[in-house]
Amino acid sequence: MSDTASATEVASGSRRTGTLYRGDPGMWSWVAHRITGVLTFFFLFAHVLDTALVRVSPNAYDEIIETYKTPIVNLIEVGLVGAVLYHALNGIRVMLVDFWEKGARYQKQMLWAILGVWVLVMIPGAYFMLVRTVTEMFGGH
Amino acid sequence: MTLSLDKPRAPRRPAARRSNFEMISWLFMRISGMALVVLVLGHLFIMNILDDGVHRINFAFVAGRWSSPFWQFWDLSMLWLAEIHGGNGLRTIINDYARKDSTRFWLKIMLYVSMVLILALGSYVVFTFDPNIRAD
Repeated sequence: MSDTASATEVASGSRRTGTLYRGDPGMWSWVAHRITGVLTFFFLFAHVLDTALVRVSPNAYDEIIETYKTPIVNLIEVGLVGAVLYHALNGIRVMLVDFWEKGARYQKQMLWAILGVWVLVMIPGAYFMLVRTVTEMFGGH
Repeated sequence: MTLSLDKPRAPRRPAARRSNFEMISWLFMRISGMALVVLVLGHLFIMNILDDGVHRINFAFVAGRWSSPFWQFWDLSMLWLAEIHGGNGLRTIINDYARKDSTRFWLKIMLYVSMVLILALGSYVVFTFDPNIRAD
């Protein structure tokens, strides 16, 4: 009887200290890694097709590239860069978990670290990607 | 009469005849991932952020870049590594979520066909790019 009680205690205790993977930020980092990876793969498919237009004619290529400069597609590009950057940073974190002896112990701290780097890079990144589009939208040049 | 066991005290069992394809694929994701961090983030930085970003890209810009073997090699390596890295990721996702064997089979056929198409088309374009192609 006392064995059962202590086993339950241990199980719920480990849940409190976060040794369970389900629901842990580590699980969500894995979910986000999959989603950003799939999105990037589908974009790559489209991107190779649009770049292949350089073999058709300069005009065909220039026309499709013009759509990349429109405000909505420009905004989607910021999303793409954000997705790829997350995937790259989290991929480095995954490799550190796999190959660094202390990687698994610091996986959560490394997640906060890569999210911090992501924000620090995306603020100037989004600014430089959008500055011309926004200026032109509001009548500047 | 003695009980007969097949090599009861053999120090170890014969090596399992499994392919180590999944281990190679796991390792490939990490090695290609390291290269892609440089290749893809460099590509995104140059194309979207540097100078005027996407606003300066046109046929002449591409012609200028692909006049250099360095950028041809960069783009070709990036194409192959990214397509195989992404295709292998999608293969894993199909294996995880497809519930019927026939669904899994056909999704993978579609995936492999798209990978062959993109790799062939992309390589063809890099190798046969002609800056003096007629404008019409």
